[in-house]
Order: sequence, then C-alpha cells, then structure tokens
Amino acid sequence: MKKTQLSLTVNGNTHTLASIPGETLADLLRKRLHLTGTKIGCNEAECGACTVIMDGEPVLSCSTPAERADGKTILTIEGLAKTPLAPAGHSPHFQGKWEETEGGLHPLQEAFVSHGAVQCGFCIPGQIMTSYALLEKNPNPTSDDIRHALKDTICRCAGYPTIENAILAAAESLRTGQPVEGPDIPDSALEGQTVGKLKVRPDGVEKVTGHAIYTDDLIFDNMLFAAVKRAGVPHAFVRKIDVEKARSAPGVVSVLTAEDVPGENIHGLVTLDWPVMVGIDERVRYVGDAIAIVAAESQEAAKAAVELIEVEFDLQPVVGNAVQAREEGQPQIHEKGNLLKHIKVRKGDPEIGFAEADIVLEHTFHTPAHDHLFIEPECSIAVPEGERMLIYVGSQIPYQDRTQVARALGWDEGRVRILGQLMGGGFGGKEDIAGQIHAALLANATGRPVKLLFDRHESLLVHPKRHATQIKVKIGAKKDGTLVAAKTELYGDTGAYASLGEKVLTRATTHSAGPYIIPHVHADCYAMYTNNPPAGAFRGFGVLQSAFAIETVLDMLAEKLGLDRIELRRKNALRVGTETSTGQVMRESVGLVECIDKVSGTMCQVSGLSRDELFQARRVPDAEHLVRAWGFASGFKNTGLGGGADDCAGAEVELYEDGLFEVRSSSAELGQGLVTVMRMIVAEELSVPAEQVKVLVMDTDLTPNGGPTTASRQTYVTGNASRLAAKTLREAITATLAEKYDQAPDKIRFEDGNVRVNGHSLTMQEVYSEMKAAGKDPRVLYDYHAPATTPLGTPGDMHVAFSFASQAAEVEVNTLTGEVKVLRVIAANDVGHAINPLGLRGQIEGGVVMGVGHALLENFITKDGMVVTDRMSRYRVPSIVHTPEIIPIVVEDPASDGPYGAKGVGEIVLIPTPPAITNAIYNAVGVRFDTLPVDQEKLLWAMRNSSGSAG
Amino acid sequence: MSLWKEYLHPKTVQEAVEALASSPAPAIPIAGGTDLMLDLQQGNHTPVHTLVDLTGILELHALEIRGEKLFIGAGVPHNRIVESALVREHATSLVESCGLIGGPQVRNSATLGGNVAHALPAADGTIGLLALDAEAEVASPSSRRLLPLHELFAGPGKSTLAADEILVGFYVPLRKPRQASAFCRVMRAQGIALPILNLAAWVERDDEVIRATRIAVGPAGPTPFRALETGKFLTGKAFSEETIAGAQEVLLSEAKFRTSPARATAEYRRELVVVLLKNAFSAAWERAK
Repeated sequence: MKKTQLSLTVNGNTHTLASIPGETLADLLRKRLHLTGTKIGCNEAECGACTVIMDGEPVLSCSTPAERADGKTILTIEGLAKTPLAPAGHSPHFQGKWEETEGGLHPLQEAFVSHGAVQCGFCIPGQIMTSYALLEKNPNPTSDDIRHALKDTICRCAGYPTIENAILAAAESLRTGQPVEGPDIPDSALEGQTVGKLKVRPDGVEKVTGHAIYTDDLIFDNMLFAAVKRAGVPHAFVRKIDVEKARSAPGVVSVLTAEDVPGENIHGLVTLDWPVMVGIDERVRYVGDAIAIVAAESQEAAKAAVELIEVEFDLQPVVGNAVQAREEGQPQIHEKGNLLKHIKVRKGDPEIGFAEADIVLEHTFHTPAHDHLFIEPECSIAVPEGERMLIYVGSQIPYQDRTQVARALGWDEGRVRILGQLMGGGFGGKEDIAGQIHAALLANATGRPVKLLFDRHESLLVHPKRHATQIKVKIGAKKDGTLVAAKTELYGDTGAYASLGEKVLTRATTHSAGPYIIPHVHADCYAMYTNNPPAGAFRGFGVLQSAFAIETVLDMLAEKLGLDRIELRRKNALRVGTETSTGQVMRESVGLVECIDKVSGTMCQVSGLSRDELFQARRVPDAEHLVRAWGFASGFKNTGLGGGADDCAGAEVELYEDGLFEVRSSSAELGQGLVTVMRMIVAEELSVPAEQVKVLVMDTDLTPNGGPTTASRQTYVTGNASRLAAKTLREAITATLAEKYDQAPDKIRFEDGNVRVNGHSLTMQEVYSEMKAAGKDPRVLYDYHAPATTPLGTPGDMHVAFSFASQAAEVEVNTLTGEVKVLRVIAANDVGHAINPLGLRGQIEGGVVMGVGHALLENFITKDGMVVTDRMSRYRVPSIVHTPEIIPIVVEDPASDGPYGAKGVGEIVLIPTPPAITNAIYNAVGVRFDTLPVDQEKLLWAMRNSSGSAG
Repeated sequence: MSLWKEYLHPKTVQEAVEALASSPAPAIPIAGGTDLMLDLQQGNHTPVHTLVDLTGILELHALEIRGEKLFIGAGVPHNRIVESALVREHATSLVESCGLIGGPQVRNSATLGGNVAHALPAADGTIGLLALDAEAEVASPSSRRLLPLHELFAGPGKSTLAADEILVGFYVPLRKPRQASAFCRVMRAQGIALPILNLAAWVERDDEVIRATRIAVGPAGPTPFRALETGKFLTGKAFSEETIAGAQEVLLSEAKFRTSPARATAEYRRELVVVLLKNAFSAAWERAK
C-alpha cells in the first residue's frame, strides 16, 4: 500500500521519482522536474494558476498530493505546444530578451497572444490549461460554457472578455483547421506607422508556453530559503526576543534580528519610518512588522524555525482607523504623532460660494482598504557575488530598491544590483520593499544565495493596501446646475507606515471636487497613521476613493435640482480654458465632454432606450423581482508625478551588429504593456518593424533609471525618453551617412527597416558597420525630463496632463435577496493617443473589472489592527462570472508634450466604475450607497424599509 | 514539518479501513483532499501521521443502479455526478448542488463522500443529497452498515464515523413518475464570500396535490437540517401561493438561523430562506409534472 517510488508521465516523458512525504504535485513539477510554467498564486485552491491536466481532467496541483499522480499522465503548459520549444532553463540573468518563435504553438496559445489576453502572464498557464480541458470535452463552447469552466481561474489583470474571445477563436481554429482569427480591435484614429497599430507583446510567446521566468522560478546553487518572524500583534513594545531554539533547529543557517542590521535599520519610499526589523524596546506598529529573519536549507525548515522564536510584547492600545487616530488622547504611533500630513487645497472662498448657491448638499462617504491581489506573491532572491549583492525581484521601482537595500547593508549603492524579473501583476503593490532587504541581509550574513518567497497569507498581511477613507463632500450649486462651491474633508488611513501615503492622499484631495469647474474649492485631508497594515500606492492612487464620493454627490444634486445627471456633468465639465481645483488652467487635451457625449450616445444605442428611460427602473419581464437601470459617472486622473517633482526617465537605444535595436530603461513591466509601448515607439522613430526592436527593462546595471512605475507615468515619461533616444540615434545615423555619402541629411530616408541614401538601400547591419567605421557609437542615452510642474498651493500647473473618462453601468438588482449583477459597462477614456491599442483594451477591461470588484466584492477587513481577510478565500476578487459586457470607447485628445500626444491610462480606467454602479443601483431601487462595497444584506433591508439609504 | 509522514494507497475498502485501524496514528482517510489539504497546509487540522488515499479503490467509484436504488460511490467526484445521465435522471437536486461547488478543477477532485464526511451544516452536495432520502453505506474493519444520511452528522464538522470507518457510497431511491427535486443557494459576493444559505426540495405530485415532500436547508443548525415540519405541512395540500406562504411560515418557525459575522445575519437568512423555499419547491413541482 505504501509506495517508495512514484512513476508518472509528464508531457510525454516518464519519470520515476522517490516519494517525498508531504509533497504536492505542484512542488514535484516545479521543484523536481523544473516545470515552472505551473504557477503558485495562492496555495489554497482559490486562484487556479496551478491547474494541470491529470488523466484528461484539470486539477489544482497545489492541493493535489504528489502521491496521487503515481501511474497518471500529466499535461502541463510546457507540453501543450505542438512542437515543444526548447526548455527555457533557469537562466538567472534575465535580460528581457524573449523568445518570439510562434512555430508550433497550440491554437489556444496563439490566440491568447494575438488577442492580447496575456498581460502579466502569471495566471495564463492556468487559464490555458483550464480552457484546454474545456475544449477537449466541448469543442464548440458557448460564452456561458467558458464562464462556467473558468469560474475559479482568476486573472487580476482581468482581461476576461479578451480571454473569452481568445478561447472562442482557438476553438474555431481547432474545429475548422483554419488559422486563429485575430481580435476585432480598431487601430488608433491618429497617424502612425507602428504606433497606434495592433502589436503583440514581446514576451507573449514565453508567457503562453510556460517558459517565462518569474522570480520564484529561479534556483541558484547552494541557495537558502528565508522566512520572517512577524509581530502578529498590531501595537506593542518588544521586550524580549529569544532566537536560541530557532538557531539550533535542524537546517537553520542564520537567524538575524534588528541588532544584526549592518547599515540603517530603516526603509520607506518617501518617509523613512519603516524599520527593517523591530528591535528590543522598539515599537511594533502593525501585525506584519518583522521581528527576526531566518535562513535555512529548506523552506520548511525556515518556517519551522520561525515558529520557535519567542517574543515578549508589551501590548499597547490599538488605533484602528484614521478618524480615531486624530482624536485627542489616542496613542501616538510615531514620534511625530499620528498625523502624517494635513493636505490642503485652497481656491477662492467656499463660504462666498455657498452663500450664492440655491442649493447646498453635504454627505459623508466611506471606502475600505483593498488588496492588490496580484496573482504572483512577492519573491526576492539575494545573491552575493564578490563585493556585490544581486537582487532578483519583481519590483516597480528597481533603483529605489537599490537605494533601500544598500542603506540597510551600509553599502554604496553601486555595490547593489537589482535584476528586475517578470512581474505577476503589481498595480502599485510592488513599489515598497517586501523581502528585498531581508533576503539581502541573510545573503550577506551567510555568503549564500537566499530566496524569500511570501505565501498568500503573508502577502495579505504585509504589503501596503489601498487607503481606507472617510470623505465628506459639501457642494453648492445654482438652480440651473452651475457648481459654485465645494468643500471636502478627507481622512485617509495610511496604516503603520507612510509608504506613499502623502502622495496618494494628495491626489485624493486635489481630485476630490471632480473634473469640474468650481470657482470656490477648499479641501482638507488628514493622512493618519494607524495600527492597520500600511497603505500606499494602488491603481487609482486615492482618486478612486474621492471619485466615488463626488460622483455620488453629483447624482444626488441632479435629483434635487430635477436636472439630467449627464447634462449636469457636461455643463460643469473641465474643458480647454477652464481651471482645476488647484488653479491649473487647462490649455489642451481635455476630452471629458467627448467622453460624456460618447457614453451617453452609446448607452441609448445599445439599450434602445431614450435618455430619460435609461435611469429609470425597469422590471425584467417574467422575473418581476429583478430590476434594472443604468448609472453614470465621470472621472479624471493626473499623468505623472507632478507637484513640482522632477519627473524624469532615462532610456537608451542601441543598434547592434545584427541589425537589431535594443531599447533599455529600468522602468517596470508588470503586465501593463510598457515593453510593447517602448518597442513600438522606437520602431516608429526608426521606421523599422517592431520585431526589429528588443526591449530590456528593470536592471540597475544595464538600464538607465526610468523612475517609479506609478502615477500612470511610464508611457509618457519612458515613452518620451525612448522616443527621443531613438530620434537622436536616427539623427546620428543620418549625420554619419550624410557625411559619408556627401548628401544633405534630408535626402536620407528611413524606410521599412532600411536606410535609403543616394540610390543605395542600407540594411541596419550595414548602417551599424558604417557607424563603427566612422568611429561612432550607435547608441544614445536620453534623459527625459517632463515639463516642470508646481507644488500644491502654488500657482501654475500641478500636472503635465490629465486623462479623463466617463462610464455608464447597467445593473440588475434582485429585490428579494439584495444580490446585484453588473450587466454592461460602457467605458470611454481620453488617453491622448492610443499608442498600443491591444494593451489599451486589456487595461480598459481590467480596470472596469477591478472597479466592479471594488464596488461589489472587495473589502480588506481589519478588526482592532488584526487582519480578518488574511487568505485569498476571504478576500474575494472578481472572476469571469462577475465580468459584465464591456463596451470600450477610445477618445484621443492629444497632449502636446506626450509621446505622439499620449497620456496615462493605467488608472483612469477604473476610477468611474464604482460610482457608475452605485448610481445605477440607486436608479434601479432607490437605495443610495455611501459605503463600499455594496452589501447585499444592507441593500435588502434598505429596500424593505424604503429608507433610501444603506449606510 | 511535512504535512504527513506516510501515504498509503489501498486498493480495496477492506484494506483502507484496516490501514486506518492499524497504521501509525493519527491516520485519516483522504479522498479528493480539496478541503483536507488546505486544512493541513494552513495548520487548521491536527497534524497527521498517515494519510490513507481512497481514490484508488474501485468500489468507491461505482455509479450505477442497484435494484430500486441509484448507488453513488463515495469516491465519485463532483464533475462525474454533474455529467452523469443517471444522476440527472434520478437526483436533480444533487446535480444542481454539485455543479455549484468550486470550478472544474475542484469538482474533478472533490468527492461526494468527502463533502458528506466533512459534516458541515451547509455543504451543498450534502444538502442536495439530504432531500433525496439517501442512505449511506459505511465500512469498518469488521462490518458494513447502512444508515439514513442524517444519522451521519454529529455536529458542525463532526460526523458519527469512527476513526477506522469510511463512507462507501450512497443509495438514492430511483425517481418515480411525478417525483422531482431541485436545489438553490444564495452567495454573498462581498468580503468573505461564502454561500450563506442553501435549500433542496424533493416533491411527489398527485396532480395538483403534494403527495409527499422533503426539504433540506443549510446552515440552519449544527448539522444539515431536515425541515420535517415544513414537509408535514405541505403534504396533502394543493400547490398554491397560499400553501407556499404557509410552508414559509412553518419553515421559519422550525429552522434556527444564526448570525455569522461578516457573512449574514440570522434575519437576512430568514428573508432568504422563504425565497429559496419558493424557488426550489416551485422548480421541483414543475419538473414533477
């Protein structure tokens, strides 16, 4: 009955392996067979990333005992291609050079690439294997069949509609033997040879074959595994730490505490307030604070040792929310107190405005913390190499990681090298330090490579969240709807440490009166420390919260005034020549009115309803308990850091001997498609096919600093840096050839990957030789600085550009149970110029779905500083079954300083979604939500009581 | 620190129960393992020494008609139940309940026996089965016994199975003309997303009169709940709005609902149960035509 050996067939190869007690199938595949295409996202049977096919059926390898695979036939993502590609191996030196051979791909793999269903790529093996199993049983699936099959296979980039289309296209190809049909996505309406056209990701093929390497897929010789002793209490002083038992536990090589930090025991992105480890008599400020770190020969040994560390705490009273934190007599969490920052917006005098107003409305809103729930949990590997420390990590800010690791080691920054790896999603959650410093300290202490991988539980406890807020909005208007004054008061919970709290809440504050013309605006925001997990960057960056408040208030106002809610917004919408709340005059690129008009027109068109009927409740025939209505909301979001920061990015473009170009920047690719944008821009400037441009990102030795990947800034800043580097290189080539051929520079033409001069057509290989022969380095580094901005509180432009959006959502409320479904969302986004339409589609779909999640599902719950939603099973994110029909509309109102007129897009896409949904719920059943997420039980009670309010 | 020390692959029921009785303790059976593996990985289960894997036992995979009953082996995974023409014909409420559990990956592994043995008061498959008057076959090292399904449940997460006993399978009476069943549930989408109430109904019609019926609800008590009084009330009555309304009253008076923090209040469950009763009973009634 007992087996000492397991025999299994994996992707056609038979393996006989010793049986290891406690091993899961995922571990066997990943660690023993090195088939790392099978991913671990949650290790709790929730996300589906680890799906493999066992004897023809899809199973979750993370919760299948390896023993059960004995005698079975397994198919993993690596075995799916018709002609299996050579294994990628485990090259630790990821250099962003991706295989792009498409030969032999399975139609599912092909369709996922060509439709743009691949973004960060981490969930893709699970999506494809689950789909493969579906198509094996059902070669002609309906949309419902696909949704049923993919129900529990989560994609946080959430291009679910595109995933569905890719599966349908693959199914058709498999049935008919015809090539896979491409997606039905229009090119940009603006001009461009490459820019604005449909181009696939450079890393797409690797990501659909399982050959894409993420940090946890790397294995180094002699590598140790780390684990962190977390405080587990939200507020306390550490009185005693006993690591002796841990130190002598089997397999343990090193145990470190605060006193072992050779450099400074502190980190933080803007404010240095976050201890690397909390030492004796120091303060624990949240449950995720690190007390000690362990390196051991195995992951299990490290985790077991952590359990043996004994800590004595002197428990302190807990500050549980931002409002409490500002009350008198509360414990002060930091030396400077609980107030991180009081942020003020002052324009005119609202009291004058309110006095002139015919109506004044005031309402208070609450939004909870949210977790990014990127499917790839944080992983860092530190590798000592001579005098240097190499850090392999998926990070949104590689150069900041370098600074922070060096500071803790007490080293010069140049001794640390960050080698950014593919990232399985970030959304702002991979900007702060996770395990980079801890891994580096242990590697430094042991002289051996150290891997520190968070599990989902640790990820939920430790990394910064979206800020929970309380937002009070007071607004004054004339009878005709003209807005005259707004006063807002915000409380933001930045948790135990500042992270980017000040920046995030500044954005919340400056956007708190919406994208509207209001002569008098005062906004006050209190960014407060509490004993909750820290809050930092998260897609939307504070504006998601304030948009929920102001867009709800505008609907309330329209109702009170008896005005059309769309007309009210249109009337007050920012347009060229008007001024924002911070006094910035809009000189160009304000596509808000166009967004509003296009959404309202499309709403009538797709629903067949008149404008009046859209917002009225409609009972579903033959199901009278189901009531439908549309809701509307708008939003805006700054592009770039702004506020007086020097918003810069470096990019380098180089021509190689083989005629290929490479564009390099440390800017981060987290699935959003920056690498596609960089390659397209360089191809455009040099008039070469996109495939002739390679992209290298995220390496602090090899790529210039692109700054943080945040604030919807990378297409703008690194896009511009790449464009200008390529342009300068083109000019250098032109100058060289002009001299050599004695031609005027304007006679030299770049065409179809060649350069034409004086009747000759030179290939890029030849151009390379000409450059070398002329003693010119065919390489240009360009340091781009965005136009100057001014700090909040001073006159001038606070931001270089804004993106605008309007959305309409159609909901269906079950009046018997309170359940809500979002049926359709129309989303118009003014992005300036759609440089990468395929990537843009993914951003729009993913943003809307994340917005649906924030409206109806997601709630990161803490109770007295303890995290309640500490597993993926408790923090629910939207799946394909929550995904509405999404009707995207791309508005292109160019920004003259953006590359080809482009502005940021990553965040604006989700900002109007929650209020569009809650406004629709009100229109359907008369219940106004001022707290997220919509609670179905509260909704039911509110409908019963017809009170019209649901807390 | 491994999740288990020994892993056994019995080929017969007898081997399995003997292994449970004689292997180094604690020894527990593992079927699909979709719940057990998580409990072990997350430290929610007392450490085990021996796992006895039941998936290699042919007898537990049987799905066939035996005399007047449909036999569903305890090791049959949810997907096979959902796809089985036999189960669709004779046990619709079970198909509907098993179809809602997890995604295909979980349904391929998770077994009906595991669902029942876990003894949770609101397990979908269990509730779907409970309305069907199913009997369970239990094997111990010395004997086999048949017992009504509800006698398997001792409390939340506690079955009456001894440490050396396993479920062999379930016997469901074959559906006769004018009999049918249905299953409904309500999820809570937000926060800690879990089913907050489910209900299965079985009915036999005599024209427009309810000849017999069984209602099962979860969670409405420490064990999967059979709404016997509601069944009695409905029996012999003509199907009508008033009859359903009356049954809803009876159900509210006999079922005990609890408030679960961050999931649902007892009051909300009381609202939902009347909706579910109407929906499931009406669906079964229509099917029984």
